Amino acid sequence: MARIRKPIPGVDPKLLIKDAARLLPDPTRRLFLRGGASLGALTFLTGCDIVDGASAEKVLRRISEFNDGAQAMLFNPNKLAPTYPESAITRPFPFNAYYPEDDAPEVDAADFKLEVGGLIDNKEPWTLERLYALPRESQITRHICVEGWSAVGSWQGVRLSEFLTRLGADTRAKYVWFQCAEGYSTTIDMPTALHPQTQLTFRFDNEILPRKYGFPMKCRMPTKLGFKNPKHVIGVHVTNKDLGGYWEDKGYNWFSGL
Amino acid sequence: MASIDAANASDRPSAAIHPLWVRVTHWINAIAMLVMIGSGWEIYNASPLFGFAFPKSITLGGWLAGALLWHFAAMWVLAINGLVYVLLGIVTGRFRRKLWPIRPRDVLADTKAALTFRLRHDDLTVYNSVQRLLYAGVLIAGVVIVLSGLALWKPIQLQELAAMFGGYEAARYVHFFAMAAIVGFLVVHVILAIVVPKSLRAIVTGR
Ligand code: HEM
Repeated sequence: MARIRKPIPGVDPKLLIKDAARLLPDPTRRLFLRGGASLGALTFLTGCDIVDGASAEKVLRRISEFNDGAQAMLFNPNKLAPTYPESAITRPFPFNAYYPEDDAPEVDAADFKLEVGGLIDNKEPWTLERLYALPRESQITRHICVEGWSAVGSWQGVRLSEFLTRLGADTRAKYVWFQCAEGYSTTIDMPTALHPQTQLTFRFDNEILPRKYGFPMKCRMPTKLGFKNPKHVIGVHVTNKDLGGYWEDKGYNWFSGL
Repeated sequence: MASIDAANASDRPSAAIHPLWVRVTHWINAIAMLVMIGSGWEIYNASPLFGFAFPKSITLGGWLAGALLWHFAAMWVLAINGLVYVLLGIVTGRFRRKLWPIRPRDVLADTKAALTFRLRHDDLTVYNSVQRLLYAGVLIAGVVIVLSGLALWKPIQLQELAAMFGGYEAARYVHFFAMAAIVGFLVVHVILAIVVPKSLRAIVTGR
């Protein structure tokens, strides 16, 4: 952990630890299990109040972990997300984050270095110049948000599996962890990391990835919900330990596959 | 499985009106449905398809993540229980015996009789045409809501299923309208159960 959580310029380490330590943000925690009429009816039907906060939450989280396993089993590494023609691209492509657009992290391209770590051979950080020189692929796929909406976008970058090969990564490891400029993070399973459409992305719609969509780089994976597609990526780590993530730690399903 | 025997024997007056397996799956379904509907409304509110949101006081889960946890937990109960009910309904011949045939002319006649309070409820073992239509209809809505839900949950792994509904976005509308149909059924269903209290006793005690 200490090795991976070493200070990275622009990231407040205290903030990261604070986020990770909390299961749910306080105001939402109180609301977590509150339901109105439907819960009332449930209590009426079963004749008992089965939803006494803490124990119900524990059971629900256990089932969510069971669902992670079910989704990993359902995941077919060779099944491709449908692709679309250029005419299908949603314009303007929606901006969505847990901060307003004006607060999107600003990463200085000249200073930027992608930190790489964990179970890999070549730990030298990557400048944008070197990253831009990697073989590039393009995809027009549907981005599906956990909120329910979806939008078709166009992303260009290098296959993550190709990048991991260049790192000399141990692809028998279980996870890849992404760290983002403002403290966001997410962990994905290795089969998804190696999926042919999982991409380290440097361009959106054939333009340099704009700040609002994650400059200088994001990880695009059409096989997972939007929040598992980290923006403003500054660190990639190959690991056997599930390091969680910003939304996952707050109660969203970990696997969140599509 | 004594309950299946009870189903086969349900023509005898002494037998239960609703065999045990019908009563058990019915009430498990009712609970799972309420959880799915309440949490589904909260999920809907995160990105409404229409110009309205469900009042917070009647949704379940408190916020999107909580609602999703409920939804993806209760879905197993709903789907497995539903599968048991449908399989037993087919193999015991209950669906064929109780829900068939549904003739439009009978439905019209029974609807008219019901609205003028002249529909008879002496024999609870025989469903009238309106009941048959409603029960067969909600069964189909149940199948549609589960399949469209699977398409929304796994639009890539199950992309052939999603394509059947016209893609991810179209499946959202199908899922919503199936919910609306089930809620509509539920309102009528509960009112009728209260109007004919002995039917309520039968679905609880079997008699
Ligand atoms: C969304 C939830 C519900 C669904 C989908 C549903 C569906 C059904 C179905 C399909 C049947 C026929 C079962 C069979 O004969 O195989 C039935 C019977 C029955 N249900 Fe429900 N039900 C629901 C909730 C409720 C609730 C909340 C009540 C009580 C207020 C209720 C009361 C009854 C009664 C009394 C019967 C027997 C009625 C009769 O003899 O016609 N149901 N229900």
